[in-house]
Amino acid sequence: MEFGPHLMLATLEGAITAAILALTAVGLSLTFGVMRVVNVAHGEFFMLGAVAAWFISTAIGGHPALGFIAAVVFAPLIIGLLAASADWLVLKRLEYDPERTIVATIGLLYIIQQGALIGFGPNAQPVEAPFSHRIALPWFEWGESGFEMYYPWGLSTNSYKLFIIFAACAILMGLWVIMTRTKIGLVMRATQQDRDMATAFGIPVERVYALTFGLGAALAALGAVLIVPVQQAYYLMGHDPLLLSFIVVIIGGLGSLRGTVLAALLIGMSDGIISVFFSPTLAKIIATLLVAMVLVFRPQGLFGKGTH
Amino acid sequence: MSEISRIHLLHAAMVAALVICWFVLPVYHAGNLARIMVFAIYAMGYNLLFGYTGLLSLGHALFFGAGMYGLGLAMHLGGVSAGPGILAGLIAALVVSGIVGFLALRTTGVAFMIVTLMFAQAGYLAVLLFGTYTRGDEGFVLPQATRALLGVDLSDAQNRYFAALLLFSAVLFFIGWLVRTPFGRCLVAIRENEERARMLGYDITRHKLMAVIMSGTISGLSGAAYCLLFGSAQAAFVAVPYSIFPLLYVLLGGMGTTLGPFVGTLFMFYLIDWSGGNMMVAGFVLVALALFAPAGILGEVRRRLITWLP
Amino acid sequence: MAAVNILETKGLTKTYGGLDANRDIDFALPRGDVHALIGPNGAGKSTFVGMLSGRIPATRGQVWFDGAEVTRLPAHKRISLGIAYTFQITSVFAKLPVRENVALAVRRILGRDRAAVRAKVDGVLERVGMVDQAYQLAGDLSYGHQRVLEIGMGLAQNPELFILDEPTQGLALPEVEAFKNLVNDLRGETTILLIEHNMNVVMEVSDSLTVLNHGEVLARGTPDEIRENADVQAAYLGGV
Repeated sequence: MEFGPHLMLATLEGAITAAILALTAVGLSLTFGVMRVVNVAHGEFFMLGAVAAWFISTAIGGHPALGFIAAVVFAPLIIGLLAASADWLVLKRLEYDPERTIVATIGLLYIIQQGALIGFGPNAQPVEAPFSHRIALPWFEWGESGFEMYYPWGLSTNSYKLFIIFAACAILMGLWVIMTRTKIGLVMRATQQDRDMATAFGIPVERVYALTFGLGAALAALGAVLIVPVQQAYYLMGHDPLLLSFIVVIIGGLGSLRGTVLAALLIGMSDGIISVFFSPTLAKIIATLLVAMVLVFRPQGLFGKGTH
Repeated sequence: MSEISRIHLLHAAMVAALVICWFVLPVYHAGNLARIMVFAIYAMGYNLLFGYTGLLSLGHALFFGAGMYGLGLAMHLGGVSAGPGILAGLIAALVVSGIVGFLALRTTGVAFMIVTLMFAQAGYLAVLLFGTYTRGDEGFVLPQATRALLGVDLSDAQNRYFAALLLFSAVLFFIGWLVRTPFGRCLVAIRENEERARMLGYDITRHKLMAVIMSGTISGLSGAAYCLLFGSAQAAFVAVPYSIFPLLYVLLGGMGTTLGPFVGTLFMFYLIDWSGGNMMVAGFVLVALALFAPAGILGEVRRRLITWLP
Repeated sequence: MAAVNILETKGLTKTYGGLDANRDIDFALPRGDVHALIGPNGAGKSTFVGMLSGRIPATRGQVWFDGAEVTRLPAHKRISLGIAYTFQITSVFAKLPVRENVALAVRRILGRDRAAVRAKVDGVLERVGMVDQAYQLAGDLSYGHQRVLEIGMGLAQNPELFILDEPTQGLALPEVEAFKNLVNDLRGETTILLIEHNMNVVMEVSDSLTVLNHGEVLARGTPDEIRENADVQAAYLGGV
């Protein structure tokens, strides 16, 4: 395949990565931004979403779309509740002390990961997409009769993959509406801005935290449900999303959901596109060092508000 | 008895106990102890930066790896013997920690965590990228014949044990001495209240950089020791889990105590061993630790019983 | 030969995005004086002190300490030239014992000599009356005692200049009295710069005052002169 079409494919793949990364990272941004806790187990909630999707769709059987819809509804709900209870039972009692929280969430990571290994098994399991149509993509060329459009061999994508992008956008829009236009969103933002003032106004801060923690986990789980037909469910799949989400949240700037989404776009897209020019490993090295350098010279990230 | 003498006596007793362990313990446990001591050196290096200075790095595997591959590549590809190999490992770790310190210390808190994490990730990926030399994930093995220092065959279990003990003791005594010097005390001051320390006239940046370099070099020593004594180098040692382990060992054993890192490493090793590799048990223990013993094992001991514990 | 003025500024200015927090401040503090810096809220006192101590970089102007220009020096270097500084909100090492707090201040000067450090710490604790609390954790002390500890840490440095940022804030009346006695005790030993709101304290202990308002110097003079000054009265009562 020539360079142009190759780049287009990479861009598309990058967009999908960015979409899922945005969902996962926004989930982390909520907990990190609102509660100021480093949740090392965030990637495991992502993995649980994929695992739950597999369980649900296997249990329901029949047309994959049924299982998919059930998974989209129930997996984030279940995992959100799980996370909220972890917050209520453990993190709350630690008073969200930074070091103790890291230890506790590392513990949670081991518990969840091992639990998945026992319950789900060590092998990667596929989940069928609810629908899948091959869509050939056009490319352009300056031919004898002027500007021509043709369909290069091998340049195609999948309707489900395109759906992922739209779904992620819709979810993020929905989240934005909740955060800015509803009372619960206002309460969450108030608690993030000034916890003590929120308490003074009668906001049950600890319940808001549990809700936030649950919502963050649910978003990650939702992202995993969307990507699992493409990627397969695997008990160790939480590692990369964890790393990437943290990078995205810090680069985007703590406390800025908009920054998180933009950073997810940047990092998700660039990883795919740089890989076109360089070997994937070298691309990753460049991306990693770039992230480090952004922080070294601009510690508050791209859109962050001061130091924390 | 002065405070300093008490500390050195405690450390000497620890070393003596470890000497006795070799002759008293069954071979399996004694062998484990050799490995534990090497990783305890790593944890002690980490503790210097985290426990004493209060800087949480998520990228120490880079320094461990620098020592490991510094020695490993020098011996495996360069054909040098163990002595210069150790030197190569130390210098590699020193240089890497100097560069990382210079750049990363421009950030604090969470940004510092991520920057160190990123540098370590880049290091891990670099090991994979240069796989022709490093053999990547598969790694390479140092032939037994080369692993000898001053005529002593280090692949022999007893020699290995005492070599590990020698290094462990050296680092333990060094740290015990360092934390009672004005420099060491200033590190604690920086951890406790950086701005107050600054306004007492201390050069905070210089202290932090020195702490990073010392911490990184000791971690590199551990990596080099591991490669020399156990004969292998693999990319996995530079990956994220190996940055998390020393944090865990230090938090478990007691951050800011000299013996905490060893206790934590020992505890974690046997926790995983007894649970048959079932990390869930480890997970529950960690959650319990966070809830009920936040200062770590020796940290709680120091808080409640032995207040002079270094 | 030691400079007549231990601290001087020329045209010291700090601008934050178009707004002058401090504008063209010329200031001179004679060696040995007890000098107070006062002014209504928002006058720019904190900014000025920040630029003196080195915690805030100046936009324009110079700072001179003991005859040498220190404008570009970072805070810790200025401190090591002979300045002691206490924070507006008392800042000590809460989880360390009182002794260690003082020792940290001493060690920067006396270094490795453990016996000398111990002796100096004993001396300082004696002077500020905290011998009994030597092994208590600083954070367990009452706020007033923490303030005294902080002053003790300053004394431990044998400073040429002692900058005290709102030292009586949060103190009970007897503690304020004790503080005034301490200042009088220190008179002549070191130069003292007080940033204060408490007018009684200021009028009683100061040799001279500088009044800031709207980021500029409004008036300078002895307590009596300032008391009579109409501009100062107006500034405090509002209007100017």
